[in-house]
Amino acid sequence: MTDAMTEYQHPLMAAYWKQLDTRFPQVEEVFEDCMAEALAVLTRAELADYLEAARILGKLGRGVEPMLAFLEEWPSVAKAVGAAALPVVMALIQRMQKSPNGKAIAPLLQTLAPVSRRLHSVQQLQHYLDITLDLMERTTGSIHGHHTTFPSPGLPDFLDQAPNLLNLLAISGLRNWVDYGIRNYSNHPERQKDYFSLQSADSRAVLQRERHGTLLVDVERKLDLYLRGLWQDSEQLVPYSTAFDELRKPIPYYDHLGMRLPDVYDDAGTISGLDRYRVTLAHMVGHRRWTVAQIADNWSPFQRMAVEFFEDCRVETLLMREYPGLRRVFLALHPKPEEGACDSETTSCLRHRLAMLSRALLDPAHGYRDADLNDFVARFHAIMQTGESSTKEIASLALNYVTKTRRQSDQFAKVHFDDTVIDYRDDNRQMWKFIEEGDEEEAFDAERKLEPGEEIKGLPPRHYPEWDYNSQTYRPDWVSLYERLHPSGNAADIDRLLQKHDALAKRLKRMLDLLKPQDKVRVRYQEEGSELDLDVAIRSLIDFKGGANPDPRINMSHKTNGRDIAVMLLLDLSESLNERAAGSQQTILELSQEAVSLLAWAIEKLGDPFAIAGFHSNTRHEVRYLHIKGYSERWNDEVKGRLAAMEAGWSTRMGAAIRHAAHYLEARPADKKLMLVLTDGQPADVDAPDERLLIEDARRAVTELGRNGIFTYCISLDAKADEYVSDIFGRQYTVIDNIQRLPEKLPELFMALTK
Amino acid sequence: MSVDKQQYTVQQEPFYQQQHNEVALYEAAYRNRLPVMVKGPTGCGKSRFVEYMAWKLNKPLITVACNEDMTASDLVGRYLLEANGTRWLDGPLTTAARIGAICYLDEIVEARQDTTVVIHPLTDHRRTLPLDKKGELIHAHPDFQLVISYNPGYQSLMKDLKQSTKQRFTAFDFDYPEAALETSILAKEAGLDEALAAKLVKIGQTARNLKGHGLDEGISTRLLVYAATLIKDGVAPRDACRMSLVRPITDDADIRETLDHAIDATFEA
Repeated sequence: MTDAMTEYQHPLMAAYWKQLDTRFPQVEEVFEDCMAEALAVLTRAELADYLEAARILGKLGRGVEPMLAFLEEWPSVAKAVGAAALPVVMALIQRMQKSPNGKAIAPLLQTLAPVSRRLHSVQQLQHYLDITLDLMERTTGSIHGHHTTFPSPGLPDFLDQAPNLLNLLAISGLRNWVDYGIRNYSNHPERQKDYFSLQSADSRAVLQRERHGTLLVDVERKLDLYLRGLWQDSEQLVPYSTAFDELRKPIPYYDHLGMRLPDVYDDAGTISGLDRYRVTLAHMVGHRRWTVAQIADNWSPFQRMAVEFFEDCRVETLLMREYPGLRRVFLALHPKPEEGACDSETTSCLRHRLAMLSRALLDPAHGYRDADLNDFVARFHAIMQTGESSTKEIASLALNYVTKTRRQSDQFAKVHFDDTVIDYRDDNRQMWKFIEEGDEEEAFDAERKLEPGEEIKGLPPRHYPEWDYNSQTYRPDWVSLYERLHPSGNAADIDRLLQKHDALAKRLKRMLDLLKPQDKVRVRYQEEGSELDLDVAIRSLIDFKGGANPDPRINMSHKTNGRDIAVMLLLDLSESLNERAAGSQQTILELSQEAVSLLAWAIEKLGDPFAIAGFHSNTRHEVRYLHIKGYSERWNDEVKGRLAAMEAGWSTRMGAAIRHAAHYLEARPADKKLMLVLTDGQPADVDAPDERLLIEDARRAVTELGRNGIFTYCISLDAKADEYVSDIFGRQYTVIDNIQRLPEKLPELFMALTK
Repeated sequence: MSVDKQQYTVQQEPFYQQQHNEVALYEAAYRNRLPVMVKGPTGCGKSRFVEYMAWKLNKPLITVACNEDMTASDLVGRYLLEANGTRWLDGPLTTAARIGAICYLDEIVEARQDTTVVIHPLTDHRRTLPLDKKGELIHAHPDFQLVISYNPGYQSLMKDLKQSTKQRFTAFDFDYPEAALETSILAKEAGLDEALAAKLVKIGQTARNLKGHGLDEGISTRLLVYAATLIKDGVAPRDACRMSLVRPITDDADIRETLDHAIDATFEA
């Protein structure tokens, strides 16, 4: 490096360079450009701060990157949110420098400009920096309390994604998204990285949930009703994602599989997201009704484009005939290109001309003066005056238009795009037929045939959310539950068990006979009853006074009729069942087996529909739900065989199992629905270090069931259950201390519950 | 005991727009004194049709709105208690049979099935009505005719007519009129201009498309007439439609919003 390099012609520039006090050649290369930009937006005092800050960054000992990034980015940051943001940024950088996260300083500075362009104010930027700091501090860890700390794994990925994230999320949404990642992955570096780089599924799911705008899933039913009600059409609505495609924004379209819409629409001016969906659908409906596909092989791309614009307008004119109120929405969403905005000497103006024409065809008050344009608008309306016209007729008008208005410059590579995108219109792929096979439209959506050797094994997993009490939100699709048939064993074992409890069974039978069904029914015309039946009594009195023989059956009474209870018995089959019950030779599992057999026998006698299932879990990725008896199965050898083969293992993730069992119970038509949960311990799993978490989730699941009319009752075999079981089940539980008496207690309990 | 026959006659011609050839068919049924059943969704003009036919045939009309608590004696008649004994009072069916009126049992399925059995002897070749309690057998007046109506749409499985009852009647199947016809009905009934009436009909059809997708019953012609009446009275069309077409028929927020949107889309700003 020679001194000559640092000599500037202008004395002021030389002074600035001196102030910067650096010898990085990379900085020198860009210094003049940066200063030119900075001088345009910064005051003299701010400029001094700018150079001072850059100087400090150069002295951090982290190479040229931070300084370079700052010098380049700061002027546009200052332009977007004001130079007053400098102190807060520098404060954060100091914190980072002191933490093990110094490497992230340069990425932070690099994202600052795009981020501030989206945030618009210093306060918002402050929030963003706070979130970054929060993320950094909560994910920077120390190993076993020693001071050898390691940097936050997710921070660089987060900074990478930040501009994109802020495109989709408001700052509060970003906070929730980051918070979720920290809470769930703070002690798992690899997953944390996946989360913050938007690789993992739940990362995307949470992002989707926090997005601003109108989500398709939230309004799907309304749109369905809209299609049906206003247009007598119905079609599958398929969302496509707009979140992860920065460059090529997909356009709505429809094909034989459904109408494809973006997963979210922001409000556009006065038009709500919902109305944007509606108008997009209306446009597609228009094509479905009135557009006939044309053979496109002989037309140039320009000709096709013109035909599309004309046909879109024809369809919309017809739509507005049906519902005149649509015009307001169309015009609000349709861009209004300025007449002289495109310079036809240097730029291809085809799109601009067509957008103007399209505007003029819809908007009677367009005010354009171009003679050709007005001529074709008049011709278009003249054609439409006669009726619906047709795609063919309008296409020939469009071709005329192209011939009449063609310019040499239309071929230019530079195309005028401003104000020419009409985003509620679909991509018109249904409008064209190609006789020769093109290679551009592959049938990506065509159904894949099952390979001959390929078979569907078992049921696919079902995903259930889990309640996170920390944030009071559901973790979407958190738990994977696999349902399978319980393996079979020897049914005779169960018969032997029942024989062993013969005496008990006899006693139960007597109680069963006493069980009164519910359902009150009025019985009229009784000589003796609980109430006077006034109508009949008066009639009798009239008969009596009139000299006829009065009817003495003037009382009524009530009787109960029928029993309509569906029962689901959910068994916790976790490892702890293998322990010996206190003061007994038998394991808890064996005792449960006896108890369940007796209960099943009793319920079968009563005739109530019931099902039995067991569950255990091995982390959230594998909750096993074992089908033992379904509602349509009788209490037969097959079921007994499964019960006999019952085995215990792994952990207790209760919430998902309860939710899954409930979805079967919900489908039952019964008046009363009862879910019995037989468990020997609190919900726990190896991947849930916070023991409150699964307890709170189970409690949430029970509340959900209550809302759906299912009564949940817990039979706990854990003598210490009082600490948590009431948290989950409220007052709907019994703790059986003396497990040996379980076989007689369980059926008794059931009968008491359903009496 | 004489009955004021005059009170049952329809004095003024009710407005009725024929949909097909139901007027001529009804006249033929009446000429032969065949019992008639009128089916159709609510508010499509069943009662208006019967009223119109009574006027056209110049016969008295006795209407009974049936309900669940109605007993056979509510139709036939009963003894009343008096200070010194009892007095017999004819029920509407008996009255009609005596004076030769058209007896119209509206929403017949709302009555319990055992109640409706009392009409059986009146509806076949016997044309008699036995009054058990009084010990009298009434031979129906030659002009007497029985008409029943019901709405097969919304009733539950439990509420259906017995086959033995159904098979005593000739039947008309009513539905909401065609768009053009309904427009002219609105225009005539409420005095609204045709263009506006056509828009109301359009909204009505929107709701009828949603039947079975959250709506039990579409917007009836009757409700459309209400809306037209309100608009004629000077209420803004959007408000009138919301008040008389949307709010009455649904509590479902999604459907309400869709119909509100249909109203906005139909009336240009």
